[in-house]
Amino acid sequence: MQPGSRAPAKETRIVLENCGRIDPESLSEAVKAGAYKAVTQVVREKRPSAEITAEIKRSGLRGRGGAGFPTGVKWSFTAPGDVKYIVCNADEGEPGTFKDRLILEGDPHKLLEGMMLAGYAVGASKGYVYIRGEYSLSIRRIQKAIDDARAGGYLGDAVLGSSFAFDIEVKKGAGAYVCGEETSLIESIEGKRGYPRLKPPYPGSVGLWKKPTVVNNVETLANVPAIIARGADWFRGFGTASSPGTKVFQILGDVETPKAVEVEMGTPLRTLIEAFGGGIRAGKRFKAALLGGAAGAIVGPGALEMPMDFDGAKERGGVLGSGAILVLDEDASVVELLHGILRFFRHESCGQCVPCRVGASVLVTLSERIRSGAATADDLERLVEVARTMQATSLCPLGQSPILPIQTAVDSFREEFEARMAKPCGAGA
Amino acid sequence: MNELLRKFPRSMESLLDILHAIQDADPQHHLSDEALQAAAEYLGAPLSEVVSTATFYTMYSRMPRGRHIIRLCESPPCQLLGGETLLDILAEDLGVAVGETAPDGAFTLETTSCLGACAEGPAMMVDDRIYGALTKEKVLSVIAEVRRSDATR
Ligand SMILES: Cc1cc2nc3c(=O)[nH]c(=O)nc-3n(C[C@H](O)[C@H](O)[C@H](O)COP(=O)(O)O)c2cc1C
Ligand code: SF4
Ligand code: FES
Repeated sequence: MQPGSRAPAKETRIVLENCGRIDPESLSEAVKAGAYKAVTQVVREKRPSAEITAEIKRSGLRGRGGAGFPTGVKWSFTAPGDVKYIVCNADEGEPGTFKDRLILEGDPHKLLEGMMLAGYAVGASKGYVYIRGEYSLSIRRIQKAIDDARAGGYLGDAVLGSSFAFDIEVKKGAGAYVCGEETSLIESIEGKRGYPRLKPPYPGSVGLWKKPTVVNNVETLANVPAIIARGADWFRGFGTASSPGTKVFQILGDVETPKAVEVEMGTPLRTLIEAFGGGIRAGKRFKAALLGGAAGAIVGPGALEMPMDFDGAKERGGVLGSGAILVLDEDASVVELLHGILRFFRHESCGQCVPCRVGASVLVTLSERIRSGAATADDLERLVEVARTMQATSLCPLGQSPILPIQTAVDSFREEFEARMAKPCGAGA
Repeated sequence: MNELLRKFPRSMESLLDILHAIQDADPQHHLSDEALQAAAEYLGAPLSEVVSTATFYTMYSRMPRGRHIIRLCESPPCQLLGGETLLDILAEDLGVAVGETAPDGAFTLETTSCLGACAEGPAMMVDDRIYGALTKEKVLSVIAEVRRSDATR
């Protein structure tokens, strides 16, 4: 791979537009930068709530929490009822992911405004931000932003003196990756173990305290104010037809300048690694990338032209996931990477259902045999088999996930796995 | 204890916050049997439910821990950057294995999944502070610094 181009690559910032530019602890600076403009307009003009949902639908905004579900459609599926909730998923536990933290720490009012607009659209008057317990600074900043917004009349029984009531509460997680799964997160807010619920019913009909609940990711909600302020057509001017807008990517690992960048959806993987990540460290060659976090895909050099949007990535055997891009140079080992991923799943399996609890542990045992050189070709096949069984029989997407990194790693790097089998660990190159 | 609990609404929704508060206030950073009993009584919930929640989450500990808790990230992005060797260095310097507390009660060594500091990996958390770009030297100097600030208190 060639080193990155000289000209500094330009980002397109929507959700990160103010990060690093304003004092995140100052309401007045946020307001000067445009915070609460959209919600003020909506409330003052008494725009029909259905219009807000329709605008988000038209914008084509898709969930940035990983799955890419159309946000406006999700909102329109919210069941009728007197009490509804907006839950912001800020559990951010996908390895290699810290985009939500940048928003929480750098522009908390943008997130709050996104939640308010979501509340206005679906008829909810209470929102929760569920933040992983390790994010102490995010928790402090968002709490301060909520306190300031209340004092400023943006949150409360009468938002900006109108009949729209909306308030937001912070909920602190306590260390469990699975709580990022929306139903597990709901259980956790309710004070219980974070065991995922069977779906359906979906949170949109039976959610928090059994009430209709919209669960959206931080980055998703942070896109909402700009869309309402500037319109769906403006938003569609960025990205691709099926994935409009921008995406925050985290470029990590063996690159010169690891960092997070916000670029248009559909930006090629190569551009992200070379122009933004500064290319492979120390002039080495690109070998592989793990896309989308632990529940992601491992791709080789053939994937460098992959357009990074929901469908472009999927069509070429990749996945967008959380936007994490972990780059491996020619010296790194895919076998070791996969082993780390499988240990992660074993550690994070919540143990509620047998296929995942037992399967995750068997996968690590098999992978341990492979990396120590004790494995046979049968073990490699079993690795795939066990992950397939987990995919078919696990209760929640966590147990259904390991097949993706396993299958993609074995497909693209089979020789590396086979080389490990031929000779004991340490004897090879 | 009761003074601490009174700040929270008497609803199961408060449980995670209550457990955090109890543990943060405890010099040994853990949830004792008495503390869980008190939380259950305060919430009017069965003790079994409180215990069930308390034992699910990795940030809570039923075992007494040290004054400082070190949590080294062991997720793939940090591992790729050499995080794994740091565990041995920490274990040796502190004289403990993962999950153990040093005999002088100063440190407990734990591992954790991704801390969201991966652009500056390898990373670890000491109490509620995150340290990145770790090398052997940096790890040792962070520990030495914490020891020094303890000694002057
Ligand atoms: C194991 C697991 C972990 C997840 N972790 C997160 C997370 O940390 N943040 C997040 O927004 N979504 C996470 N999700 C996805 C959520 O279940 C949900 O789809 C998402 O919050 C919906 O928001 P969106 O439509 O705005 O993307 C996770 C899903 C699974 C199965
Ligand atoms: S698949 Fe795994 S994480 Fe999901 S419910 Fe079953 S055991 Fe828990
Ligand atoms: S992988 Fe270690 S902080 Fe993210």
